[in-house]
Amino acid sequence: MVLLGKLADLAGAPTLTLPAPSSAPLDWDGVIAALPPALAAAAGDPRNRVALNGALLADKLALHAADGDEIALLPPVSGG
Amino acid sequence: MRDIRLLTQTFFPGTLIGPFTQANPGLGGVCTFVGEVRPDSEVEALELSHYEPLTLPGMHALADRAFDRFTLMGLLMVHRVGVLHPGEPIVCVSAAARHRRDAIDAVDFCMDHLKSAAWFWKREKRADGWHWIEPRADDTRDLARW
Repeated sequence: MVLLGKLADLAGAPTLTLPAPSSAPLDWDGVIAALPPALAAAAGDPRNRVALNGALLADKLALHAADGDEIALLPPVSGG
Repeated sequence: MRDIRLLTQTFFPGTLIGPFTQANPGLGGVCTFVGEVRPDSEVEALELSHYEPLTLPGMHALADRAFDRFTLMGLLMVHRVGVLHPGEPIVCVSAAARHRRDAIDAVDFCMDHLKSAAWFWKREKRADGWHWIEPRADDTRDLARW
């Protein structure tokens, strides 16, 4: 998982590795549940966007990540 | 002529503009905007981070929109990432067109979108450490112009 902007600070690193669930693909709720509490709270901001393998998802609730996929969590971009 | 780049090292806008102008023979006008890190007594440095799979492709998509919307001959769009210091250039957008209005408006359009909607995250270093820069209401207003 790649964390951008202030989410990287909250994670303490720009990337995290989440365990892939053995049964179903990893969904958004599964991602939130796997994150440390402070990061999970910030990740839940509805303004955050999610990309899967470099492609932006129109709806992060549609996330289905498999073993080895890259999930990026993108907070709102900074202004001018 | 289309030249879209992300740079990790400091650059000199003047060295880009001459060749860009030369590469668009027959133009009627060139408009160039250069954005620099504002000198501010409290800000020691500015860091821009990006997400490689989205940031440069997003700049190309913005260039596509500018070519669709304005009658352009050429577009140069160069953006820095990494740590920058006051006075260093962050961004340079230059548009070449047969007529001035297309060149001027294309630069204004690209800058509003680069500042408000491109995939860059910025933080400032002050005496007490790093501070992330949040989105501003002005940015939404700037986008609404288009």
